[in-house]
Amino acid sequence: MNVNGRIWLFGDDVNTDLIIPGRYLDNYDPSHLAAHAMEGANKEFASKVSPGDIVIAGRNFGCGSSREQAVTALKQSGVSAVIARSFARIFYRNAINLGLYVLECDDADSVFSDGETAMLDIDAHTMCSDDGSRRVNLTEIPNHAKKIIDSGGLIPHLKSQIGKRDH
Amino acid sequence: MTGRTIAEKIIGKSAGYPEAREGQILEASPDLVMSHENTFLVNKSFSELGKERPWDPEKIVIVLDHRTPANTTQTATVHSKIRGIVKDFGISKFFDAGEGICHQLLVEKRLARPGQLILGTDSHTITAGAIGAFATGIGATEMAGVWATGRVWLKVPRSIMINMFGTMPKGVFAKDISLYLAGIMGPSGAEYKCMEFTGELIPSMSISGRMVLCNMCMEMGAEGAVMPCDDVTRAWYQGHTDSEFATFSSDENARYDNWIDIEVDGLTPMVSGPHKVEAVKSVEKMEGIVIDQAFIGTCTNGRLEDLEAAAMILKGQKVSPNCRLIVAPASRDILTEAADRGYVQSILKAGGTILPPGCGPCLGSHGGVLGPKEVCISSGNRNFPGRMGSDIAEIYLASPATVAASAIVGRITDPRNVML
Repeated sequence: MNVNGRIWLFGDDVNTDLIIPGRYLDNYDPSHLAAHAMEGANKEFASKVSPGDIVIAGRNFGCGSSREQAVTALKQSGVSAVIARSFARIFYRNAINLGLYVLECDDADSVFSDGETAMLDIDAHTMCSDDGSRRVNLTEIPNHAKKIIDSGGLIPHLKSQIGKRDH
Repeated sequence: MTGRTIAEKIIGKSAGYPEAREGQILEASPDLVMSHENTFLVNKSFSELGKERPWDPEKIVIVLDHRTPANTTQTATVHSKIRGIVKDFGISKFFDAGEGICHQLLVEKRLARPGQLILGTDSHTITAGAIGAFATGIGATEMAGVWATGRVWLKVPRSIMINMFGTMPKGVFAKDISLYLAGIMGPSGAEYKCMEFTGELIPSMSISGRMVLCNMCMEMGAEGAVMPCDDVTRAWYQGHTDSEFATFSSDENARYDNWIDIEVDGLTPMVSGPHKVEAVKSVEKMEGIVIDQAFIGTCTNGRLEDLEAAAMILKGQKVSPNCRLIVAPASRDILTEAADRGYVQSILKAGGTILPPGCGPCLGSHGGVLGPKEVCISSGNRNFPGRMGSDIAEIYLASPATVAASAIVGRITDPRNVML
């Protein structure tokens, strides 16, 4: 899968309270969550993000609460992938289970700038600047996880498994 | 051959693969699974799978605690939907609004047992490691998968050993050790790892204190946190259960990524914040910071010995007129006992407000929400911007004793100066 999108750059330890504050969680509607996505980290994000955009961050992205609404808020905003030096464990699992691409990379946050657009090739696990001058390699998503994301998340994945078993 | 850690043993047992080693990805069967208000999301995903009922309703615990009593019509609708799910699936381990915080109830009601693999749709599920279980958080959709299959994939974590010894100085509590540890580890120092505790301090540490330490390991990125199962643990279950439980301990020659010694004699009360848990300093360096609110409660520090520590300081004193004191006990039983022992009286007479048992203020859902530029000192676990309301409010974390002392003065205060 190839995506061309604007880069939204964040630092280390972006926690789930910054991604979607707890005060918005009494409403489970994905579009309500998207309207407040990243509110604690960048107030312009929710109104300016477009489908295909790419989030790049430093270490420990998604730390804190287990709320999977953090993933829902980003996915519903149209974010195509999150690329970080590392992910907090529960966020990483939630992203896989809700079908959001999460890729590790040690230098994307130093190679790319906030606001520029870049081309992400998920299958080749590379990302390239628009003029082709800068390219980074991303860590390959483990096979079992990629299958779940490619299915659209854990529920569609399990449904297809249950379907297969019934045959 | 290298020995094995508790994490390897418990996950291995639950995966039917006793030889389990760190780094392996295994499919395990949890002994107990827990959800709170996000049961709504779990069920939403579960219902898409076309299964009539969860794999084993007896292993499911549901607690309403995050927004209790209901703060909005939206929440009330969610709560009533969850009560319907509980009834439809015949889930007997259900705790409605007002019973307490899920992590407290798992241990207090002896639902969590040593040696179990426990999953919960909340990051602080890790707290149950205090009684020698391996407990970890997952998301709601993943829990739907567990409800459907009774299985979950887990990567067997590497472990870090925390060795605590010495004598606890006056005014220093388990929370101060955990904040000190958070300062050393940082927010991702234990990423994907299990933090295991050992040392001569542990036999003198209550289950409450052990819960504080395990709970706070989440703020260091840990996948699990586990205390050894000892006489204190066995006494906790004595008279509360007839059923046997398996206990696990790490082999002496087990492998650890890191071994951290903490000599507690030299520790002082600690304060963390604002905005980052790892921004920890000794209370002396934070004294004098003016506060608008002091909050005692949460799955970290809302237990009886926390209310006791606060009540001892507050008895006969008055909360500063420039500061609000809010106390939310972690469960109904704690509140009842605190009332019987006169702690509630001391808190109320000092000018404090008692909230119903639950999570409320800690995640800014309701009750004690902070306005712009307000400053709060809290006995909770997170001080991220926006956590308790306005994203330009400031939150400091400390022990209940430090919070109570600060409430009286209206500024961050060393509890050793006001303790008798």
